[in-house]
Amino acid sequence: MASEPQGGLTEYIQHHLTHLTPHASNGGFWAVHIDSITVSLVLGVLFCLLFWLKARKATAGVPGKGQAFVEIVLEFVDGQVKDVFHGDRRFLGPLALTVFVWVFLMNAMDLLPVDLIPWITEMFGVGHFRAVPTADTSMTFAMSITVFVLIIFYSFKAKGFSGYMSEMFTAPFGKHPLLWLPNFALNLVELLSKPVSLAMRLFGNMYAGELVFMLIAGLFSAGAGLAGWALYGAGIIGYTVWGLFHILIIGIQAFIFMVLTIVYISMAHDHH
Amino acid sequence: MLPNGTLIGEMISFAILIWFCVHFIWPHINKAIEDRQIKIAEGLNAAERAHAELKDADHKVAAEIKVARQQASEIIDKAQQQANQIIDKARGEAVTEINRLKASAQDDIASMAQRARDLLREQVGALAVQGASKIVQREVDASTHKALLDQLAAEI
Repeated sequence: MASEPQGGLTEYIQHHLTHLTPHASNGGFWAVHIDSITVSLVLGVLFCLLFWLKARKATAGVPGKGQAFVEIVLEFVDGQVKDVFHGDRRFLGPLALTVFVWVFLMNAMDLLPVDLIPWITEMFGVGHFRAVPTADTSMTFAMSITVFVLIIFYSFKAKGFSGYMSEMFTAPFGKHPLLWLPNFALNLVELLSKPVSLAMRLFGNMYAGELVFMLIAGLFSAGAGLAGWALYGAGIIGYTVWGLFHILIIGIQAFIFMVLTIVYISMAHDHH
Repeated sequence: MLPNGTLIGEMISFAILIWFCVHFIWPHINKAIEDRQIKIAEGLNAAERAHAELKDADHKVAAEIKVARQQASEIIDKAQQQANQIIDKARGEAVTEINRLKASAQDDIASMAQRARDLLREQVGALAVQGASKIVQREVDASTHKALLDQLAAEI
């Protein structure tokens, strides 16, 4: 983003909303968001490593604090899956755990000061760096489309090709041939709305959260003199309050993403 | 590159956030973890205790059975002894009763024989007097010769 005259808040926010992409890509297919990919990978590896280490050293006796924490998270997720899905949880359980912890960790990046990571990366000559992968539609859609593929896979697996197709054409209204098309249209909308709503909900919350952080951060450089310092204090208070509120949001959004994933996939198993 | 005022402000907020987490959020998580540890430790302890108690109870039951068996055999022995004693006593009593009955029967026999002998003697006396009176052809006064006749009868 090259900088235009007005400077100030608009430029500040625009700067912060620009993803890190390879220079040569020019916005084409290869304009991958290196920042989202890097942060999500690092956090994913962190999650796997932590849980793997604790699981490897798990004892049947009194658990250590780390193991107890992992167990609590695991039990919580498994309880949610058990409530919704009454089948073999060997795949859905780990999927829900991964979704929950990974999304939570990525959301938690929102709590880091918005300027901290860009400031660090800038020292290595990287100007744009957005640290919250879930405030990037690429990331949220990547996850929700994966869930979408799983929904379709489990629909076929649970009902068979003909079963699923007959459901698509005869479900909610009836079996009459005239109703086939309306049925199919409705089912298609229902099916396609799942990944879109899943991705947009998470993205919207995180993007808005990040934006509010930036707007509040604008107070830090809003004025000079006494008024400037007053705004600076207000900025610190506002930033902190929004941060506290955001602790709630990151947990809730991770939870919602997990629960909806479970619900969608268990719906794929249900027969109408 | 020095951090600017914006970053400093954000860092201050971040520090407050961390402080808040340390004081108000982490204790809850920590408590949940420690509660879980305590619960598991208690459960394991309880299981172990129950196991030990079961073993103890098993030992106690075995000991009780042993004692009961011993007592039962003692009771049987005692009962047998008592039965033997009763039988012995009954046998002794029966023997004395038999002896007593035998003695009294012998007494009866002896007295009856005596009586028969006395009767016989009197009758012999009377016969002798009769015989003698017939031989003598005269009346012998039985009363005058009673002493003589009695002496005769005793001699028979």
